[in-house]
Amino acid sequence: MNNTWMILGMAAVTVLIKATIFGLGGRIAFPPLLQQALGFVPVTVLTAIIVPMVLGPHGEGLEITWRNPQLVASIVAILVCAATRKQLLTIAIALITFFGWQFGMLQ
Amino acid sequence: MALPLPSKGKRMSHPPTRLSSFAAGARDTIPMLIGAAPFGMIFGTLVTAGPLAPWQGQLMSLGVFAGSSQFIAVGLVAGSAGMLVIWFTTFIVNLRHMLYAAALLPHVAHLPARWRWTLGFLMTDETFAVMNGYYSRQQDSPYGHWYFLGSGLSMYVNWQTWTLVGLVFGAIFPQLQSLGLDYAMVATFIAIVVPQLNRLPHFGAAVAAGTFAWMLQDLPYKLGLTIAVVIGVSTGVALSRWRAGVRTDGRSAA
Repeated sequence: MNNTWMILGMAAVTVLIKATIFGLGGRIAFPPLLQQALGFVPVTVLTAIIVPMVLGPHGEGLEITWRNPQLVASIVAILVCAATRKQLLTIAIALITFFGWQFGMLQ
Repeated sequence: MALPLPSKGKRMSHPPTRLSSFAAGARDTIPMLIGAAPFGMIFGTLVTAGPLAPWQGQLMSLGVFAGSSQFIAVGLVAGSAGMLVIWFTTFIVNLRHMLYAAALLPHVAHLPARWRWTLGFLMTDETFAVMNGYYSRQQDSPYGHWYFLGSGLSMYVNWQTWTLVGLVFGAIFPQLQSLGLDYAMVATFIAIVVPQLNRLPHFGAAVAAGTFAWMLQDLPYKLGLTIAVVIGVSTGVALSRWRAGVRTDGRSAA
């Protein structure tokens, strides 16, 4: 129930953002500082979400070791993405590395 | 054997109709539809690996229809973030759509209200890119809004379909969860972030956000995430201004 309200709230926020300017038809001028700040939102939000998941996947402190498949696969993903700039290739190689590494450690 | 395609000139000789404009909008969005498909499927599969019910995942695609904020919300729900943190994050992540709307407004301002609300709701990064290109080629087409609708609606139907495929996929293979499927989200985010890091302000913003997200991760309701984003954005803005300052100084000194 709580999660349904969470989703409906997200929908309300997003519809308001997307449709207000068209809907009201009025001109809203964005201050340049806000425009500049918005440009940094995706890169910071995404990084802030994944860094704890990669560096300490079990929530028990830093796991900077080759036995951490999240870390190993992420280093591979960063290198592949920096070299090729191909999103789907990066995701595919990262997943193969992650699952392969996990499987390999079970042996 | 390739069939000869009708030449551009021949197609132009027919005056555009509502239907042909709608179809052209959908057709010009096909590359974006293909690009969005795997993300819709990953989203649906991720939902089945987390605390949300499958129908709630579909509800999110139907009502929110903004991929990155949906991924982030799934990650935050899994980390038991507070509702206000999720709404606030949704707000800042989706705020860019206002810039898109402001840029396209002159082309839709003459339409009836129901058209304007509908097209606003259907705005995505992809449809903005398609419409931006379209309006730069066609200054005053009478059926531009039908083209817009064709692009937006095809993205919408595509996103719902691939979300559903992912939900079904995750339900058929529940063992994917125990393998750590949430890593698919990490891989997706890395693929989005890394290409942006070649500019110093973005690099600095990411390093600051990542560092503070790590240090503040034990704060309740994932508040640490919000604080880390604010610090990261401030770092990025400060670095941009510092660089602009250095450049102007260099120019005035020369």
